[in-house]
Amino acid sequence: MTMPFYVSPEQLMKDRADFARKGIARGRSVVVLAYEGGIAFATENPSRALHKISEIYDRIAFAAVGKYNEFENLRVAGVRYADLRGYSYDRTDVTARGLANAYAQTLGTVFTTESKPLEVELVVAEVGDTPAADQIYRLSYDGSVADEHGHVVMGGQAEQLGARVADAWQEGMTLPQVLALAVRTLGAVGSDGSVAAEGEEREIAPAGLEVAVLERAGRRRAFRRLQGATLAGLLEQPGD
Amino acid sequence: MTHADTSGRLPDAFLRPGSSSFVDFLAGHAPDLLPGRRDVGGAGAPADGLAPHATTIVALTFGTDDGGRGVIMAGDRRATAGNLIASREMEKVFAADAYSVVGIAGSAGVAIELVRLFQLELEHYEKIEGSLLSLDGKANRLSTMIRGNLPLAMQGLAVVPLFAGYDLDRGYGRLFSYDVTGGRYEEHDHHTVGSGSVFARGALKKLWRPGLDADAAVGVAVEALYDAADDDSATGGPDPVRQIWPVVNVVTADGVRRVSDDELSATVARIVDERGAAHRAAHGDRPAGGARPTDQGGARA
Repeated sequence: MTMPFYVSPEQLMKDRADFARKGIARGRSVVVLAYEGGIAFATENPSRALHKISEIYDRIAFAAVGKYNEFENLRVAGVRYADLRGYSYDRTDVTARGLANAYAQTLGTVFTTESKPLEVELVVAEVGDTPAADQIYRLSYDGSVADEHGHVVMGGQAEQLGARVADAWQEGMTLPQVLALAVRTLGAVGSDGSVAAEGEEREIAPAGLEVAVLERAGRRRAFRRLQGATLAGLLEQPGD
Repeated sequence: MTHADTSGRLPDAFLRPGSSSFVDFLAGHAPDLLPGRRDVGGAGAPADGLAPHATTIVALTFGTDDGGRGVIMAGDRRATAGNLIASREMEKVFAADAYSVVGIAGSAGVAIELVRLFQLELEHYEKIEGSLLSLDGKANRLSTMIRGNLPLAMQGLAVVPLFAGYDLDRGYGRLFSYDVTGGRYEEHDHHTVGSGSVFARGALKKLWRPGLDADAAVGVAVEALYDAADDDSATGGPDPVRQIWPVVNVVTADGVRRVSDDELSATVARIVDERGAAHRAAHGDRPAGGARPTDQGGARA
């Protein structure tokens, strides 16, 4: 009879966390920034069809980094969760907090019970009636949830980029201002993964960006993708 | 939620890859939430007297190749329960998504639930797939949902929708009618459903013509409903006292637009003026049968 090797729980969890973190850090970053009229999401993604940013419900959006098949599965589950809840109760009873909790439980259970953790990091954001009522939740591979205020960076070099965004972001910025900040942040990561100094960021053409907003005012469905001429026009406006 | 398990994590059914259809998802995960799956019991006892009925819907196409084409759907506001008026303000024409509208006649409660599910079905597909269903695809989904309601229809709770939308691929508005078994039929030019539909259809045959512009087509739709309300007690006419006007939705390449109450009140005023003028021209300020003789106690000012 063979004896299984003893692995301490600390070691087991650490190995899993390292594994997940490595997988997530390989991907490109997603930047989420609140502005006066809503919440903006941006990432570098040349594909028009495989999205990292999507609509979940009327005022809720989803952004993810990591393995596409894993976060796509979570996104579909989120849409089903939200639509079922809105259908059985009312549209106003679907909240980002409820969805973030469901995601957190799912990620947490997979992290502790399955052989491989999910290599994803998510943001679930809901735009409120006022900037103070906006909610941005950041969910990690192990199921931990952080209630973020105003700005989030996920993915490769998230810590360094996050510190830069924290310095530059302030309340009440306009959409062109936050988009300029987002593109500057995304452009700071070189193709080899190195982080460029401030002022020496790469240029990213609008066609290489995936950008979407949750708009506070207007229609029932707040989610809108910005692409083509609309996006180019917004990026050309002075950011300051 | 009734179907959440206690751990708080998303149930496996949510994470299963598969269909982009919310109805299919419900059928697998929570079939009791689907309207057609409910057993109302009392086999053989018709249930049609129990619930309010929604009545007349009219739809017509308009426009020219140069000026842009589209389709209009309008419904009156009355719901009846037997010979009583159950509601004066019911809405029976809904935007199904950005480019299509659905109107309902039949058992009001079931119909509204079906519309809610249909709207969600289209939105769900759009969110999961990232693209809109084709107009034929939408019409076929509605067909499947009506077929699912057949058990209730057999017990008297039938729903007969009318579906219309702007076909983005073809560049014009199209109309679809249904029967209770889910049969789907494409209609051309105009169509009506509901209790007052025969009268409204007669009006449309005379008033509709090719190449109407959007404003004229709204006038035709309102006038057809006016004629239906004239002869069908279950169809409500415009109500200037309570300021209740028909629901009229216009669908073009720009999407669905609900015609405002101000526009409708002007349209109704014009129709009433025209008909009043025609009556006065024929009979003066009297009913068509002439003035009542005074010695029979007729009221005179």
